[in-house]
Amino acid sequence: MSGPPPRPVGRLPVTVIGGYLGAGKTTLVNRLLRAADGRRLAVLVNDFGATPIDRDLIVSSAGDTLEISGGCVCCSYGSDLMEALMALPDQRTDIERVVLETSGVALPGMVASAVTLLLPYRIDGIVVMADVETVRTQANDAYLGDTILRQLSSADLVVANRCDLVDEASLQETLAWLGAESPAARIVPAIRADIAPELLLGLRDDGKPRLSNTLTTPGAPDAASLYQSLELDLPADIDVMELARRLTAPDIGVLRAKGILLQPDGRLVALHVVGQRFEIDAAPAAATPGKLVVIGLRTRLDRRAVEQALQPRLSTSLRSA
Amino acid sequence: MTSSPITIFRARRILTMNPARPEATHVAVRDGRILGAGPLEELAGWGTYTLDDSFADKVLMPGFVEGHSHAAEGTFWRYTYLGRFDRMDPEGKIWPGAASIEDVVTRLQEAERKLGSPTEALAGWGLDPIYYGDRRVERADFDRVSTMRPIGVMHASGHIFNVNTRALELAGLLRPGVNHPGIPLGADGLPTGELKGPDAMTIVGAHVGFDREALANDEDGLRRFARLCVRQGVTTATDLANLLPDDAVSMMARVTGEAGFPVRIVSFRRFQALTPEQVVDIAVKLRAKSTDRLRLGAIKLFVDGSIQGFSARLRWPGYYNGAPNGLWYTPPEAISGLYKLALQKGVLVHSHTNGDQATEMALDCLEGALLDQPARDHRFTLQHCQLADAAQFRRMARLGFCANLFPNHHFYWGDQHYATTVGPERAMRMNACATALASGVPLAIHSDAPVTPLGPLFTAWGAVNRLTASGRVLGKSECISVADALRTITLGAAWTLKLDGEVGSIECGKRADFAVLEDDPLEIAPENLKDVRIWGTVQGGRLFPANGA
Repeated sequence: MSGPPPRPVGRLPVTVIGGYLGAGKTTLVNRLLRAADGRRLAVLVNDFGATPIDRDLIVSSAGDTLEISGGCVCCSYGSDLMEALMALPDQRTDIERVVLETSGVALPGMVASAVTLLLPYRIDGIVVMADVETVRTQANDAYLGDTILRQLSSADLVVANRCDLVDEASLQETLAWLGAESPAARIVPAIRADIAPELLLGLRDDGKPRLSNTLTTPGAPDAASLYQSLELDLPADIDVMELARRLTAPDIGVLRAKGILLQPDGRLVALHVVGQRFEIDAAPAAATPGKLVVIGLRTRLDRRAVEQALQPRLSTSLRSA
Repeated sequence: MTSSPITIFRARRILTMNPARPEATHVAVRDGRILGAGPLEELAGWGTYTLDDSFADKVLMPGFVEGHSHAAEGTFWRYTYLGRFDRMDPEGKIWPGAASIEDVVTRLQEAERKLGSPTEALAGWGLDPIYYGDRRVERADFDRVSTMRPIGVMHASGHIFNVNTRALELAGLLRPGVNHPGIPLGADGLPTGELKGPDAMTIVGAHVGFDREALANDEDGLRRFARLCVRQGVTTATDLANLLPDDAVSMMARVTGEAGFPVRIVSFRRFQALTPEQVVDIAVKLRAKSTDRLRLGAIKLFVDGSIQGFSARLRWPGYYNGAPNGLWYTPPEAISGLYKLALQKGVLVHSHTNGDQATEMALDCLEGALLDQPARDHRFTLQHCQLADAAQFRRMARLGFCANLFPNHHFYWGDQHYATTVGPERAMRMNACATALASGVPLAIHSDAPVTPLGPLFTAWGAVNRLTASGRVLGKSECISVADALRTITLGAAWTLKLDGEVGSIECGKRADFAVLEDDPLEIAPENLKDVRIWGTVQGGRLFPANGA
């Protein structure tokens, strides 16, 4: 079979960011560029007019492309996302990850499905931004309601943004509503789109996640960190598909996980989990197998369940019991 | 001081569209403009003239104005035509419709034999498998043409490709595990070769010769489009959604400026991936680059998708077959912002709305924008506007919206609209020309070429008869008279382009743009209006015979 050759090490992960106008997509994009920390991101936005990139991040600009400090690049795809994605791997051989911001009325699930047609890419996750103050009103709008609901229903992660603008009771109501409208998604509360960048930019191969400790629970005065991360040893004989299924179970509270495993056939693979979604891809040759790193909300991450997920053949023994 | 020479054309009949003098026998032309239409003795008063009898046995009308077409029709003729219905190419050759999938394959085989290199791509267009029963076209069909070269055929709707195995291979799609709503899989788990929607189409487009760059800036295509215009009596034609990059604008200015170029092209800048401020600024700058035969500075906006592609936005109760509602292509905030700013700067905006919910959204947005920015004569136009109901036409009239409706749809897809997309009742009100006129909405009608063939007289026939391909009359109460239909393809369309002061009727001061007809459209039976023979055109006083050198 011909076609574009796959990257030497795995496919390029693509994070699709959706959500209606004003939900915080632009703020999130700028945050991710600031948090790239050496990761070479290609950020694709529909247009720079609607998504202004912070000026201090821009090193230079030429046409539809901005060079961003730290080796990232930002392109506006305008009329043709597919053409931009088809050209990117050849134009920017150094890129490690793609962040794709969709327009306010686009359906991120449909965009993600189109991206999967291109061999150099895999979908890492679909993130939908929701403004907790307005999302329920928007969902009742005669014109936009079904679009908002279809956006939410396709999400792996819903960022419930602007939590500081509503009172606690209404926040809890809206979070519950979001949970019902996005049954497959994990809901992450946030203020000014401030979420742990690792949730979207991935966990490094070199070990522990560096979670921001400045994030606080929205609405709560205490300074307890919103996120928790775990690093665990993977048993050598664990079945990667089974592990993936367990880590993506609804109640386990895993927002993102990454594990490096040595397969029985000698291949080194990486398991990437974002909420309900998982992908098994080739791992870099230098990666050390046997480690699993997990991030979740401190209040939601079920450490025992994660530990149990690592027990080999657990489900088999349960079935036979 | 000597003034330019005067030519007086004598004709069998001149239909002027000027109510003060609806008919005449002579028209006097100087400097490419009309001195007047009337009896010879009146026109002789302008001074020394040459009497031209070329049209003594012909009927003259104002040159037709196509208010919604795309110059890409000229580009498509470089590919093999595979449509179900006969279609005339720019050279006047009529390509017979393909009656079966077998016919389609045979034609591709004939085209294939003319290609040189064994791996060169082969492309076709106009395929409409809905006429071939339930069987889908599959890659195996086109593999019979070649397994070595990529083959891609665009459907008539423009929303689907069918390709062969080689094209799938080159696009990296011949693999198991493809999971996309626009790519059906066969029993073997591999794509069947049908690719629906722009994303799937883009991936194979470049491999089968449909790359966007070639389509966007195609000099030969523009010339071919102009030849088609001459054959159909068109002297002013829109190119309704162009991104108009600088190099395309230079090319278009150069080509349309050539002495023998026969059409006035009105090219709209597509609103996409820009803020309202940016696109209005671009439009204002483009406007300054306009010439007589290249008019720039208007904006085209897409509100939703297409009805037959189920991407149009419908109000309750939605699609007849239960398909989910379609897609918004532009958020309401952007539409409102664009309308307001364009009203402020006097920039013309035409908005594509197919479904009635999209039309309602555009009405709401314009109503709001007009409160902020009152404007007396904006000529904003709803393009297609196919499903609008009577109440929406009344609102259009109050807000000053024009409607450019799409009667060709009745013939090409009316049976499908009746049976599948919107159901019988709404199919019968689609493209409600009579309601638009009765409501006082300025009306134009269009072909959307290359989606359906360019040909204002065919479109007028569609509005007069509302016949489907199977022979059903789709909503008799919405049929309009021949006289009204002829007015919509001249002055009506000119009005929506703010060109009604220059073209659209034959009267003193206007451009000498004529459609030259062999038959009289007011004498031929209304059901045969589409069969009126066309000699060619006069554009700016220059004669362009369709079959001339």
